[in-house]
Amino acid sequence: MSSRSVIPFGPQHPVLPEPIHLDLVLEDEKVVEAVPSIGFVHRGLESLVTKKDFKEMVYVAERICGICSFGHGFGYCDAVEHIMDIEVTERANYLRTILFEMSRMHSHILWLGLMADAFGFESLFMDTWRIREKVLDMLEAATGGRVIFSILDVGGLRRDIPDDMLKSFLPVLDEIEKELAIDVKAFLNDSAVKSRLCGVGFLSAEQVEKLGCCGPFLRGSGVKRDSRKLGYAAYDDIDFEIITSDDCDTYGRTFVRAQEILQSISIIRQAIEKVPAGEVMVPVKGFPKGEHMTRIEQPRGEACYYVKANGTKFLERMRVRTPTFANIPALTETLQGCSLSDVPILVVAIDPCISCTER
Amino acid sequence: MNNVNYIGQTLKNLFSKPATVKYPFEPREFPERTRGHVENDMDVCILCGLCQMRCPTGAITVDKKGQTWAIRPFSCIQCRSCVDNCPKKSLSMGQQYQEPGTEKIEKKFDLSDKQKEALAEQARIAVEKAAAAKAAMEAKKKAEAEAAAKATEAAGSTADVKG
Ligand code: SF4
Ligand code: SF4
Repeated sequence: MSSRSVIPFGPQHPVLPEPIHLDLVLEDEKVVEAVPSIGFVHRGLESLVTKKDFKEMVYVAERICGICSFGHGFGYCDAVEHIMDIEVTERANYLRTILFEMSRMHSHILWLGLMADAFGFESLFMDTWRIREKVLDMLEAATGGRVIFSILDVGGLRRDIPDDMLKSFLPVLDEIEKELAIDVKAFLNDSAVKSRLCGVGFLSAEQVEKLGCCGPFLRGSGVKRDSRKLGYAAYDDIDFEIITSDDCDTYGRTFVRAQEILQSISIIRQAIEKVPAGEVMVPVKGFPKGEHMTRIEQPRGEACYYVKANGTKFLERMRVRTPTFANIPALTETLQGCSLSDVPILVVAIDPCISCTER
Repeated sequence: MNNVNYIGQTLKNLFSKPATVKYPFEPREFPERTRGHVENDMDVCILCGLCQMRCPTGAITVDKKGQTWAIRPFSCIQCRSCVDNCPKKSLSMGQQYQEPGTEKIEKKFDLSDKQKEALAEQARIAVEKAAAAKAAMEAKKKAEAEAAAKATEAAGSTADVKG
């Protein structure tokens, strides 16, 4: 038997700017065990609910993470709106859906780029991120921020997005779709890419269910589950199918994410077509009292927001269950028995967002 | 030949213009809604302090006595809450991002002379109004008291007649 050695991976690692630390126990080139440790960017954002009033907390919720910022703000607002029995207007729901899908697009495109970077395909990485910039430009035009939008509020949206601006996004979406098709083709058909993705990190449908995975990681193993089908915001009125793959490996997860970008484009198009006229904000009076848990589909998977309010302007408790947290057990599972050179790919495959996980 | 289907894109990227803006030689064009930094029009501000109250990070300090408005740009998170809540619309969001610095400074702005005068004038009018209201109130009270005294007097005399 060869001797074992331990290699530290992270918290500073070129493949991932986020601080996750893994102790990789190696036997030659093979990983026999991976011990994750997190806790490098804990900021205590959940406990801030007792110090910031419940409306100001929207800004804090948005800052849980830079990439899923819209989703975090939305999940928080949705939970508070349920407690206060606030019915958000139709138009606000549609606009929220559009912005949510745009952030899903930019998150997934970012992930494709990171994946290309992890397996060393630099030109593909740069090209995907060039395309992502167009999504960010649309978001900036609509909300005034590239990643932190500050447009959500309890009761709706703080600013309306005019119809002509929404219409002006349609040609940009066409362009993105066209350019992305080339990159997606490279991801899914290129033999060099396939050799790095196919069969790497295999987890069967039973395994992902048992490990409690969520999001594209779950759907990449053939499980048909997507919280958008719960019908929050305007997803009820929009026609879309849950995308799954039966490959059960990193290739399947890449396939799911790549297809979901194209699906997001179609959802945005439908929403822009259907968006009704009207107000985007309803007046909010009084303070929340009660508790609620909201489930939404973030780009990385299902996130849960629990809010407990006691009738004062400060909430009593907020808790966020983030998708990365649910996917870390699967990460350690896939790392067992893989080769050291596949570790970066497997870590990126769960689309880890450590800032979300630690808050 | 699946591993060459990306070469076309690679070659295209090689011979096309850079996708990035050549900052700082080419200025960046911002969309109209970009939230860069907060500006205050010191000709319009009335130092009401609402912005200070509604700022989630406490970046704004309004000094009514010293007649200054101050912002700590390194605390500001560009949330636009102050701009939305300013009753005089004197605050606005500038598009250029905040300039970097080596120190966490506070930027203080004096009220413009014109606005200082206007506020002083308003304050004077308010004081005068209050004084006038007070005087009117006192006069009214006095009149009422007199009327009441007269009434009791009259009642007394009628009682005398009856008795
Ligand atoms: S809210 Fe507007 S008017 Fe009032 S102090 Fe602030 S800037 Fe001045
Ligand atoms: S933009 Fe937000 S953080 Fe900045 S000064 Fe205004 S209210 Fe405060």
